[in-house]
Amino acid sequence: MIPQNLKYMESHEWARQEGDIVTIGISDYAQSEIQDIVYVELPEIGTELTQKTEFGVIESVKAAFDLYAPVSGEVIDVNESLLDAPEQVNESPYDDGWFLKIRITNPSELDELLDADSYQAHIEAEHA
Amino acid sequence: MKRTPLYQVHKILNAKFTEFGGWEMPLQYSSIVKEHLAVRATVGLFDLSHMGEFEIRGQGANELVQKLSTNDVGRLTDGRVLYTLFCNEAGGIVDDLLIYRHANNHYMLVVNAANIEKDLKWVETHNDSGAEVKDVSENTALIALQGPKAIDILNPLVLEQDVSEISFFRFAVDEVAGIPTTLSRTGYTGEIGFELYVDANSAEDLWNALYPAVMEAEGQPVGLGARDTLRLEAGLRLYGMDMNDDTNPYEVELGKFVKSKNRKFIGKNALLREKKKGIAKQMIGFQMLDRAVARAGYPVYQSGEHVGCVTSGAPSPSLKYGIGFAVVTSQTISEDDKIDIEIRGRMHPAKIVTAPFI
Repeated sequence: MIPQNLKYMESHEWARQEGDIVTIGISDYAQSEIQDIVYVELPEIGTELTQKTEFGVIESVKAAFDLYAPVSGEVIDVNESLLDAPEQVNESPYDDGWFLKIRITNPSELDELLDADSYQAHIEAEHA
Repeated sequence: MKRTPLYQVHKILNAKFTEFGGWEMPLQYSSIVKEHLAVRATVGLFDLSHMGEFEIRGQGANELVQKLSTNDVGRLTDGRVLYTLFCNEAGGIVDDLLIYRHANNHYMLVVNAANIEKDLKWVETHNDSGAEVKDVSENTALIALQGPKAIDILNPLVLEQDVSEISFFRFAVDEVAGIPTTLSRTGYTGEIGFELYVDANSAEDLWNALYPAVMEAEGQPVGLGARDTLRLEAGLRLYGMDMNDDTNPYEVELGKFVKSKNRKFIGKNALLREKKKGIAKQMIGFQMLDRAVARAGYPVYQSGEHVGCVTSGAPSPSLKYGIGFAVVTSQTISEDDKIDIEIRGRMHPAKIVTAPFI
């Protein structure tokens, strides 16, 4: 269920590395916990993100949830389709529901993230 | 945390739980949106056993409820329900509640879960007419069936009554699936529906009798998440969010439930004084004009001036945009006027609309 090729944060964001570009989203577990996502607030292209700091917000019917950057870098692409169809985050968290693409400044930051097995263990601990 | 007699039922249905007023209650079973839309389209089944029930009876009961209530209990005949407020001496709202008249000098009061102790103390403190006051909350379960199919589902299970003949804000005492039940044609959703009061020991039997019919009708069990969005769309206030002990009824547009003529009640003098002085605040309904969601506590601006605060706000599952209530300083605000709501440091446009929103 948890894609092996991604890196994860304890706050449930995922990062997919392709060269110096990292795509960011939230995990299937996170979307199923949050449910009914109705609004996504994302930074503009060109924004500089810092690892582990807030970069945006998603809102469900019930509450707002902060999003944290898995890595530092410049935003080079934003999934604009989420503005009109935020439910894609629920329906396709690892594909159509991606948030941002970042050009990373420090690739070693990726090593600080959880791999799929550690993330799985983290979810189980959180759920227990 | 306290649990209702249906806690195990919710657990088996795999509900997600939340804390509400000291109670561990189902937040949702499937999804808030799905449950909300089921109530609008077909039917929803709710456990509201956290609500408080007081029985007031015997000599002096009439005087006691009249003295506490801003609305005129004297207008009630047997089998009728009244929405009313308790106010304190300063005119602040102690609680909003329903009063059921079973008979002369025999009433049931239904109060908010978080206020049970406060209200009981309030009633007992002011009981100088010798009425018998009994908190029956622990022994009473409340299950609501709300939505366009509620009557069709309920009717075959009821012994005597044709429930389609019980009109809004009336109730009957009968049997549902063989269980002695008070059937009240009331609700907090804006839909046709019933609130069913039974002995706590019968709660599971009643739920199990209704549940298959609800599922058959493509309905859903509904948690507090959808209960909140349903009441908001219907333009109904929630105590603790939209009002509290420091709010007077006029500030939240509940003045029509204050009936002062030819009667006395606690808070009357203060409320008359406030009304004469002019009300400094007013409650408005709003809808967002972008996709952002305004929630309780967010500041409201008009023409750049800070005028108040959101008291309840959520994305409306039926309307697909954000709606809510705000309390603002009284001014010439009218329908369709533009306001701005500050959300995480940024202004988002909204306009004033008259509740109910649907």
